Amino acid sequence: MIGLSHYLIVSAIIFSIGLVGVLRRRNLLMLFFATEVMLNAVNIAFAAISYYYNDLTGQMFAFFIIAVAASEVAVGLGILIVLYKKYGSLDLDDLANMRG
Amino acid sequence: MYEMIAFYLFSVLTIGLFLVTVMSKNVLYAMTSLAAGMVLISGFFFILGADFLGVVQLIVYVGAIMALYSFAMMFFDATRDIKEKNTSNALVFLLGGLSALVLVLMFAAPIHSEAIQALYPMHEGAGNAQDVGIVLFTKYLVPFEVAAVMLLVAMIAGIILAGKKMDISLTEDISADDEILVVKDEK
Repeated sequence: MIGLSHYLIVSAIIFSIGLVGVLRRRNLLMLFFATEVMLNAVNIAFAAISYYYNDLTGQMFAFFIIAVAASEVAVGLGILIVLYKKYGSLDLDDLANMRG
Repeated sequence: MYEMIAFYLFSVLTIGLFLVTVMSKNVLYAMTSLAAGMVLISGFFFILGADFLGVVQLIVYVGAIMALYSFAMMFFDATRDIKEKNTSNALVFLLGGLSALVLVLMFAAPIHSEAIQALYPMHEGAGNAQDVGIVLFTKYLVPFEVAAVMLLVAMIAGIILAGKKMDISLTEDISADDEILVVKDEK
């Protein structure tokens, strides 16, 4: 039988995949993808807790996370397009021009 | 039984697809595997009885966000492989795994799972969409409206950032503006 801990473990695994992506990636677009992976992992955990505790609050928070993710993508992609027009690259090492 | 099969199938496929997303050098591969993984995550939501959340996941994530990414892909050179100067992989994996573990322990430690009681319990007779609607439009009305305003702000920001020459009006010529200004000056 599938319990709450199964879902939480899957969610933790997916979250750590996203975290590895955030730490590893140097391309800004790929960094965005890794962020989406992390947000989805949290959504799974929320939906699972909502189901096993018979409570709707988790699903509500998942909805707001989806709304936040949508606006994050809208603004972030706009910034990426501006950056690409200005520098011709999305690599973080190329964009880092403040060296202390 | 079917739930078990579906759970293991979805989890293995999702983890594999997200690994492709994180590891792939090609932007198109990463994007398509991310979209497929999100479709499978909506499968998790359907297993968990959160039907409305699953539909929203399909519409918003797979429909809107991935479409936005693929449109943005037209601005970037998507066919070329990404060359990244990676620091040592083992260290990153170790750090990522460890920090995820610490996060999980941190958030799981203070929870006494017996003490949790449902704040907004699900109703027996009503379907999931009705339940969600009732709670969303009573208890969570203010966050809902704030989220709507936030999405509007994000939409305007996206239009302003991505559109070019937004300071010049496309529908009216500048001489008309001058006339309006002249009228204002005369008043």
